[in-house]
Amino acid sequence: MADLLAMTALEAHEAMVAGELSAAEYAEAWAAAAAGDDLNAYLWRADGDDGGAIAVERPSIAPIAVKDIFCTEGVPTTAGSRILEGYRPPYTSTAVRRLLEAGAPILGKTNMDEFAMGSSNENSAYEPVLNPWDRGRVPGGSSGGSAAVVAGALAPWAIGTDTGGSIRQPAALCGIVGLKPTYGAISRYGMIAFASSLDQCGPLTRDVRDAALLLGILQGGDPCDSTSVGIEGGVRLPDREDLSGLRFGVPNDIADQVFDAGVREVFEATLATIERLGGEIAEVSLPHAEHGISAYYVIAPAEASSNLARYDGVRYGMRADGAGDVTEMYEETRAQGFGAEVKRRIMLGTYALSSGYYEAYYGQAQKVRTKIAADFSTAFGAVDFVITPTSPSVAFGLGEKTDDPLAMYMNDFFTVPMSLAGIPAISIPAGLAQPEGGGPDLPVGFQIAAPAFAEQKLLDAAHALEQAIGFDVQSPRSGAPYPPMSGIKRTGSGGDGDG
Amino acid sequence: MAELEAVIGLEIHVQLATRTKMFCGCELSFGDEPNVHTCPICLAHPGVLPVTNEQAIRYALQIAAALECEVAPRSIFHRKNYFYPDSPKAYQISQYDIPLASNGRLGGIRIHRAHLEEDAAKTIHVGESGRIRGSGASLVDFNRGGTPLVEIVTEPDLRSAAEAAAWARLLRETVRQLDVSNVNMEEGSLRVDANVSVRPAGSEDLGTKTELKNMNSFRFLERGMEAELARQRELIEAGGTVVQETLHFDPEDGTLHPLRSKEEAHDYRYFPEPDLVPLAPTEAMLREARESLPELPEARAARYREQMGLAEDVAALLAADPETADYFERSAKEADGVEPRVVANWVTGELAAALRQDGGDVTPAESKVEPAALAALVGLVAEKKISHGSGKAVLAALVAEGGDPAAIVEREGLAQISDSGELEAIVAAAVDANPEAAEQIRSGNQKAIGAIVGAVMKETQGRADGGEVNRLIRGQLGL
Repeated sequence: MADLLAMTALEAHEAMVAGELSAAEYAEAWAAAAAGDDLNAYLWRADGDDGGAIAVERPSIAPIAVKDIFCTEGVPTTAGSRILEGYRPPYTSTAVRRLLEAGAPILGKTNMDEFAMGSSNENSAYEPVLNPWDRGRVPGGSSGGSAAVVAGALAPWAIGTDTGGSIRQPAALCGIVGLKPTYGAISRYGMIAFASSLDQCGPLTRDVRDAALLLGILQGGDPCDSTSVGIEGGVRLPDREDLSGLRFGVPNDIADQVFDAGVREVFEATLATIERLGGEIAEVSLPHAEHGISAYYVIAPAEASSNLARYDGVRYGMRADGAGDVTEMYEETRAQGFGAEVKRRIMLGTYALSSGYYEAYYGQAQKVRTKIAADFSTAFGAVDFVITPTSPSVAFGLGEKTDDPLAMYMNDFFTVPMSLAGIPAISIPAGLAQPEGGGPDLPVGFQIAAPAFAEQKLLDAAHALEQAIGFDVQSPRSGAPYPPMSGIKRTGSGGDGDG
Repeated sequence: MAELEAVIGLEIHVQLATRTKMFCGCELSFGDEPNVHTCPICLAHPGVLPVTNEQAIRYALQIAAALECEVAPRSIFHRKNYFYPDSPKAYQISQYDIPLASNGRLGGIRIHRAHLEEDAAKTIHVGESGRIRGSGASLVDFNRGGTPLVEIVTEPDLRSAAEAAAWARLLRETVRQLDVSNVNMEEGSLRVDANVSVRPAGSEDLGTKTELKNMNSFRFLERGMEAELARQRELIEAGGTVVQETLHFDPEDGTLHPLRSKEEAHDYRYFPEPDLVPLAPTEAMLREARESLPELPEARAARYREQMGLAEDVAALLAADPETADYFERSAKEADGVEPRVVANWVTGELAAALRQDGGDVTPAESKVEPAALAALVGLVAEKKISHGSGKAVLAALVAEGGDPAAIVEREGLAQISDSGELEAIVAAAVDANPEAAEQIRSGNQKAIGAIVGAVMKETQGRADGGEVNRLIRGQLGL
């Protein structure tokens, strides 16, 4: 069984196609592994009584874990919120439907920050997910459950959603691959909305080829989502081995940004690896990117304040008892049903859209967003990719930043500009670094961003780079207690091959 | 103090008669069991997305064309946020700063804008009164929720309640003839709100307005506006000032009640709907909308007045009813040498009366009276082959059994007496039989001639021409 779990989803798929692997047996092995969830990563698993609701009759591809933000008919869908406790949607999201149609059994629904608002999974109404590398640390967020199940060998692959970094940042903190596709590449239908103009579904996988395989299944225009268009020409499995002729742009102000020394070291080592593969490193200017966080934390809460207004206790989900009239029912239901961060953002967003403040906040933030998109367009005139660290730090301790929302928001510093620009970006594990406060080494993510709908080019380059880095993504589950670090090389520490 | 002039603008909601709702695939309905036409989208389940109904866009473009509006090349949907159980998303998808259509005109009244949006669900307050106060519980029926609406807003160009009501009727007829809505006020597929204010006649400034809602018939609309105008005039003449508020019309007692101001204190926090792309009609869609327009009431009435010489009221009456108007036009075409004006009067006058007498639920076009038969009948009267009175008798026969008027005239012996010798003899006998009347006529009392004419008509069973009889009587009397 251990061998079964050691395969990537693509390897398993190829073995199934070759008739060397029974898809059902493989799925059962993973169901058994998922049942051993000791990371609080699953909110619901298909091995329970109600698992039949979304069963796949004839499995033909690796089973998958799904962030609990995707509606699944007859199966609990909470978005990590108390207000949707017990809610079983009457329909299935397009992304999950595509997985089922591809023959991917659903292993379970993964834990997340409530309504995808958070960078640590500590905003889940159902207790935080633990990082498989160090259970005293967060897995990142908001797709923390989806990242943890892949890193912790509780699923071969998973889907999540990314609004300002919610796939890339947890992928980085858990040492796996996370891809946020171009806005519009994958249907949002049935994906519970946080910030509609930013939300995008994407894969969390062990390697880049799995991400490509999964993206190929998920992508495509959907008549149920007017903003979806799909990726023209589809997605091929990447096989590029070098980076010659490709230019990688590093933002020219990156030296001024505050991030961990260990992260900086891995980032610089990765630049060297790119050059070794024939890629060229250049400087680019993204003069408005530094305002990304400010603009994001106006736009996303504004949209959220409207998207979350439907949770009123009238039609589904939780309803507070004992209210005297409808207004009181709304107030009590929402007061009891939403967590602190969700309330904070609803208030921020409501304020930003209020008459008299709209132009100063929402209008201004949209202008910044346009400027950031223009910055990227200009940059892509000179380089093929823009590269940054994914996250300013490695996984931080549980409770470390919960009292400081602004510090928490800064986790998204490197990922938010791409979200605002709607462009694709991938985080691949680039090495290990020691946390600032000391302790065992933890994974560091490397972010590569490409022009809109240039996913193929992005995956090709990421694959070549990943092969050269040689990160061992299977390490954290190679034995309890976490994290045994044997066999992992610190990129840039003078190890073999890196120049 | 100068006379206070009424200033009225209307806001009209037209429910489009598409097959499905504005943003989901649920069928439209009226009067069905509650909550049978619903789906995750119109119930606003988590994760759902709206998709714009293309037919609704086409219908809205037809309305825009009929109202001679400019169509925005890219209009956008906004979210209008408010909490209420009839709004499952807690926002209505509407249009805000860039509406689909603007700057139009109908019947001399300027159209400010026309935009697409979705209808709310229906809240039913359980309890005796049916109103929210005193009600123990509220139920929501989501069947109506998401029905496509076009909201049409006029400029404040209307100057009396009667003018506003007449204009609203013209709008209804115009939209009805596009075949894009049932435009039924009782059923709510046409809803008219009025913004009403008064100002000193001649002033350019606008007074403080009140908004009148819930008037579900043209009669109530006119009554509501009249009552509110009277209230405002009285208030101002007594030195008071009008407070801006929304008033609900109570059809039970015909009075207007203000809504509590708390319910009015809305900040809708409009922002562009991120789930939808801009609405950009293609050139083909615009052309199709223009080309699909029938001749609308306003244009048809003008043609009847200017080219066919119809009186204004008859022209408007016919133009508002395209089926009867078409009937009139066919009749007029068949009627050789008779003015269309005369045919129109027969259609709206004598024929309408005859059909009413016959039971009333048959239109001219549905009746047994063929347009050619009516044309022939009007011709017989015009050529004085039969009298006007006989013409009505023939029409009654046509309504009852159809057929050819000439044959009926023949059968019933209604042909006018054309032998002047015969008529002269009858007139002479009638003069002799009414010496008193004859004497009065001679002494200048022209009205007295009626008695002798009546006697002649009785004798001829209406087959004599009135003018000719008059002339002969006066001749007999040597006048």
